[in-house]
Amino acid sequence: MANLRDHMNRPIVAVTGIGVVTSLGVGKADNWAALTSGKSGIHPITRFPVDHLNTRISGMVDFLPSSSKGASLLTYELAETAAQEAVAESGLDAVDFGGPLFLASPPVELDWSERFSLYNSDSEDAGAERLLRVARGLKELDIFETTQFGSIADRLADRFGTRGLPITLSTACASGATAIQLGVEAIRRGECDRALSIGADGSATAEALIRFSLLSALSTHNDLPEKASKPFSKDRDGFVLAEGSGALVLESLEAALARGATILGILRGCGEKADDFHRTRSKPDGSPAIAAVRAALADAGLSEDEIDYVNAHGTSTPENDKMEHLSLSTVFGERIGSMPISSNKSMIGHTLSAAGAVEAAFSLMTMRESVIPPTINYDNPDPAIVLDVVPNQKRNAEVGTVLSNSFGFGGQNTCLVMAREPV
Amino acid sequence: MSSPRDVVISGIGLVSSLGEGPDAHWQKLAQPGLEPVLEASRFAPYTVHPLPAIDWNLQIAKRGDQRQMETWQRLGTYAAGLALDDAGIKGNDELCATMDMVVAAGGGERDEAVDAAILAASESRNDRDVLLNEKLTTELRPTLFLAQLSNLLAGNISIVHKVTGSSRTFMGEEGAGVAAVETAAARIRSGQSTHILVGGAFQTEHSDMLLGYELAGYLHRGAWKPVWQRQGGEGGGVVTGSGGAFLVLEQREHAVKRGRKIYAELGPVVSGRARRRRDELDAEIAALLKQAALPNGELLAVSGASGAHAATAAEKSALDANPALAIRAFSTLTGHMKEAQFPFAVALAALAVDRKAAYPVFDAANEKPFSGIPRTALATAIGYHQFEGMALVNAA
Repeated sequence: MANLRDHMNRPIVAVTGIGVVTSLGVGKADNWAALTSGKSGIHPITRFPVDHLNTRISGMVDFLPSSSKGASLLTYELAETAAQEAVAESGLDAVDFGGPLFLASPPVELDWSERFSLYNSDSEDAGAERLLRVARGLKELDIFETTQFGSIADRLADRFGTRGLPITLSTACASGATAIQLGVEAIRRGECDRALSIGADGSATAEALIRFSLLSALSTHNDLPEKASKPFSKDRDGFVLAEGSGALVLESLEAALARGATILGILRGCGEKADDFHRTRSKPDGSPAIAAVRAALADAGLSEDEIDYVNAHGTSTPENDKMEHLSLSTVFGERIGSMPISSNKSMIGHTLSAAGAVEAAFSLMTMRESVIPPTINYDNPDPAIVLDVVPNQKRNAEVGTVLSNSFGFGGQNTCLVMAREPV
Repeated sequence: MSSPRDVVISGIGLVSSLGEGPDAHWQKLAQPGLEPVLEASRFAPYTVHPLPAIDWNLQIAKRGDQRQMETWQRLGTYAAGLALDDAGIKGNDELCATMDMVVAAGGGERDEAVDAAILAASESRNDRDVLLNEKLTTELRPTLFLAQLSNLLAGNISIVHKVTGSSRTFMGEEGAGVAAVETAAARIRSGQSTHILVGGAFQTEHSDMLLGYELAGYLHRGAWKPVWQRQGGEGGGVVTGSGGAFLVLEQREHAVKRGRKIYAELGPVVSGRARRRRDELDAEIAALLKQAALPNGELLAVSGASGAHAATAAEKSALDANPALAIRAFSTLTGHMKEAQFPFAVALAALAVDRKAAYPVFDAANEKPFSGIPRTALATAIGYHQFEGMALVNAA
């Protein structure tokens, strides 16, 4: 008989369903095959013209029916597709899920294509005045709903029959991990037996790309797109903007076992700590990220020695990878040089609001399959970052516990600890 | 019966067209027949309740920090600072470093001049996508992205006020504010947290913020009227306002140990999602009122009604069905503040309970007097388009 409560006497939280979509494909099978063979999903941008752009590559999801329909509709489809896979795997009712929904998704804005078409449907006045006048004459709610921050979650709640007021959240590039954390906390507090946590991001528009580009955050290695994302390499020059989604069905272990569900893994701990140093840079001593890792370990009831593998945030920006190395080496000490630490982003790019959820999904699969996906494009190691990044080739290994890191603009640091088996 | 793990309100930060701080709001709102502060020309045909004059330096000491924010973020950071000051937490490194935070946020302000220039140029260009690249790469201010990004209100609160225990941002109009308060209260009740900063801000004086309502025709046009009197008027019934509301929620024991003033205890916080297309809103509001477990007797109800025709009519009929409720729709005097609406409602409910007096009617034709001492008050936010929430606030 398994323990049903953790070291703090809270219900243990199990994962009973996993879904994922990235530029590598739809679903766990395709993604895992590509990820473990070191295949990159980064490709030239075709969704919009790249004239005047310094970065002309991305990990966009170009193969869904909504891929060309704007950020809001694509984000919905990404979320729905991943959630559908996760709920189906869990064996729970796909239209009457019966637990709360936590959605990490990008902030929404009126798409430029809509702005242009609204504006040019009239010729009186100019600027905002014209847009407002045209807007109040609209007969349909479709465009309106793309501008409401709660609409994607509202549609998902209808689609899957989740309970109550759905929560849409943003903690920038840590959002996906926060969505999982909120689900874990709701189950631990006894508010529900199950929760659906989704991270989805289909917001790789021209404007989004330009905004990150203006902050010098993006790689400009346009000539060989599949080589552009190179976390922990000396010549890393920025992240690659990408899209994707990850979804987890979280359940109290007790409820999952009672209905005979397959346990895919355990969400053992979550930790977070905000940084007050700067809007985009971390505190030079790495203390907030260090505190987030330590908080996750403490919440999981594990010591540093009990983590087998780190699924790194590993964005491939000069700043992140340096700071992540500093934080991890502070927490794990000398052991850091011999612990496997890899970055999925070397293949899928940075899926922003989805990243924490996508990478949690891959972390769980790493444990289940006993295979660690590699960090590809590791041809030119950064001598200041001595890590076992599982370079270029997957590795077979028994992995019982994983730490997954997520760090974001605005001082966001969230870490998850997952385990293969209940205690 | 009070318990050490009760959630209490130990700090309030408010900004609206009426002024700033709980005292200023109480003094204004306690005046019978108070006239709203209106701006009817700048955004005609829409009326808005504008921001009051604010000396940003009082809460955001560094000019450099002020420059890194657009007005919405500055407003939220300012209101958060007021709440932290009020709770005696501002400047206390230890309390700030262990303080959790849940911010209800929308988006910030785009560059209206750049957008207008792109739209104007689009009239004579067919290659609009290329036009967009051309203009955005050269005319966008690089840091504007951060100054408008949803989670950067929380980010700026961390930077300016050093609140760093944790930082989460919820999005989704009024529902974000409801979920933020509900989640924060649940974390304190379960012992996960001892003190949490929760709230939001809305800066309506920007065309995109109006567009967010008007794409569905939600804004009221023509002469201003109180919230309950806009049915059948021109437009959709919502008059917006700039403002912000932050609360410091604290475990009772934690607040008592610090020797802090407690405004009120936060009782049940309930939320829901009516499928309004299936006409579930009336039933949902009734269900929430039942869940909130209202006490017997006359009860002050601080309503966040937006004026949006359907939602406001549903809320009015649900509240009117209970003759014990004395309703006060504060948006009549502040305008609708979207993500900040529910935290604002909870703050006003707490103030009334603390001051042992109800607000006078804000609309004599539709609200009835309340003469007793409110021991408990109800706060509501029925979303103009989606999501619903309520909370009960009890005397400390």
